[in-house]
Amino acid sequence: MNPREQIFDAVRNHLPAEKIDYPQIPVFQKTITELLPAFEERLLEAGATFFLPADLKEAQQLLVQQHGGGSVICSATPDIKGNRDIRKVKNPHELADVDVGVIRASFGVAENGMVWLTEEDLVVNALGFLSQHLVILLKPTALVADMYDAYVKVSLEDTAYGCFMMGPSATADIGAVLVHGAQGARSLSVYLV
Amino acid sequence: MAAKRVDPAANAAAFLDQDDIHEPAHDQNLWAARMKRDAAAKAIPEWEELRNIASQIKEHTLTHLDQYLEQFEANATKRGAKIYWARDAAEHNQHVWNILNERKISSIIKSKSMLQEECGMTQFLETRGITVTESDLGERIQQLDNQPPSHIVMPAIHKTPADIAKIFSKAIGTDPDNTDPHYLNEAMREDARKRFLQAGAGMTGANFAIAETGTFVVCTNEGNADIGAAVPRVHIASIGIEKILPKVTDLGIFIRLLSRSALGTLATQYTSHFSGPRKGGELHIIITDNGRSKRLGMDDFWHSLKCIRCGACMNTCPVYRRSGGLSYGATYSGPIGIILDPTFDESKYSELPYHSTLCGSCTDVCPVKIDISDQILRWRKVMAEKKYLPISRRLAFTAAGRIFERPTLFHGVETVASAALKITPHFLLYNRALNPWGRHRELPHFAKQTFREWFMQYKLKNQEDKQQP
Repeated sequence: MNPREQIFDAVRNHLPAEKIDYPQIPVFQKTITELLPAFEERLLEAGATFFLPADLKEAQQLLVQQHGGGSVICSATPDIKGNRDIRKVKNPHELADVDVGVIRASFGVAENGMVWLTEEDLVVNALGFLSQHLVILLKPTALVADMYDAYVKVSLEDTAYGCFMMGPSATADIGAVLVHGAQGARSLSVYLV
Repeated sequence: MAAKRVDPAANAAAFLDQDDIHEPAHDQNLWAARMKRDAAAKAIPEWEELRNIASQIKEHTLTHLDQYLEQFEANATKRGAKIYWARDAAEHNQHVWNILNERKISSIIKSKSMLQEECGMTQFLETRGITVTESDLGERIQQLDNQPPSHIVMPAIHKTPADIAKIFSKAIGTDPDNTDPHYLNEAMREDARKRFLQAGAGMTGANFAIAETGTFVVCTNEGNADIGAAVPRVHIASIGIEKILPKVTDLGIFIRLLSRSALGTLATQYTSHFSGPRKGGELHIIITDNGRSKRLGMDDFWHSLKCIRCGACMNTCPVYRRSGGLSYGATYSGPIGIILDPTFDESKYSELPYHSTLCGSCTDVCPVKIDISDQILRWRKVMAEKKYLPISRRLAFTAAGRIFERPTLFHGVETVASAALKITPHFLLYNRALNPWGRHRELPHFAKQTFREWFMQYKLKNQEDKQQP
């Protein structure tokens, strides 16, 4: 027997005699009714910030205003123009010097301020993690209430990678003091547009 | 040769005695996490129901584990991941080495994985010339200090910022007197960046593996697992066979429970779902048993396989908070460690079940309702039956047994003990070296009379009263 068969054999021989049924999962009462204000509040709690530009043109101006002209800006969405073309990136290492990554998320979660980013949204996954700062575009109507609804909406069958991102990178590993910008993005701004 | 028996009480004494800074800070930081957990739990009306459901999903999965493992394997393979099976730590490490060696990879960056700790993987790879860098900040601190993690989610929580400043000054040349966590974090971020970019492979563990889609989920706050998976071409993930969940929608329940239980936060900053290799990359998944199938067959202990590694039982445990995670001398510390570690080596970890007050707080906070404190008690029974008790404790218990068997002897001893306590000098009872536990505790005062003395006196008096006309 190869190791795989031996493991299956060992598991089958040791299965508890009593089989437990998969539980009935009730539909829980929603505690959040106004999604956008809840989402905004939770973004701040997670260490993120949010902005409400009137349109994409204003969003573009806001980006320049927020991050200045000298930055390397790489945008994965046609809605915002950067100065580094992500479609030309052959190797993720090329993104090591990116100051600002711009990505459009397909939806957010009001319960905790998460945004859902897939490999298709990121174009190159490393953009979400090597960029020093992130700007996430999100339609203010593209929100679900909680994680139950969120997992109905993701389709993991259709993407090799998906991430619920809740604010910037964080750690409290030194003296239990919260610090942002541990390994991933130092800041995360959500443009609700 | 049998491994040396771990003495958690002596280790705890060393932690308590080092100074008056470490233990109180440790205690406070962990208790703060427990309080945050309570607030987060209270904010969800269905919290207790969620714990029940999560427990039942885990029990269902574990009692049908063969089917779900097959399903996970089939789906992950279909999506392009390469699956490897490892019966034990040696096979796990060999798979990793083969993958790296075939590709001539000499340095890897890894995120936190308790399974890789369990397998002693880092040491195995280092002796074969691989440079291994821990990317989680807490794990990196521990790696540089040549220590294992002391806590499942806060690996360096037993250290103060001053300790860490010293370690970093030696390792990466920071100012040894600058203990500002922001400064120290920034310095390590800069150092880690280079390593992420140089690494030939990124390694992760997994918090959950979904049979329905062949996806595995990794939760971090730093985003370090994602950099490791997104930058080097090769991603290797180590997954214990007990990590399986049946369906994607199960994550709605488990993700809500995990970080609220761990740190009292609504979720980790990053909850990442890997369902196949990224464009232009390779994904290798090593599904590992390492004693888990054996544990599944232990009637009294298989529920410990439900554990989702949140660390809530550690944060709440009065013994853990006082003694520090390293005192358990094992990969897993705290209450969950007490019930997991003996399944790896009964003799080596035979003292651990006594490193508990059996207060039951761990059971109360466990998000998947593992009966941790009951299992600790059952492990004591196992240790006693197998005569693993150290001589001193065995003699004490035998003596107690003899005394309780003979009432006259008991009454004599009771009176003597009470008298002895009165004259034993305070410095002896509360001496740090002789009794570190006595440091912050007063023994209860013995009653002036024993109950029996009072009862006999009362009975006598009563009889006298009755005899009076």
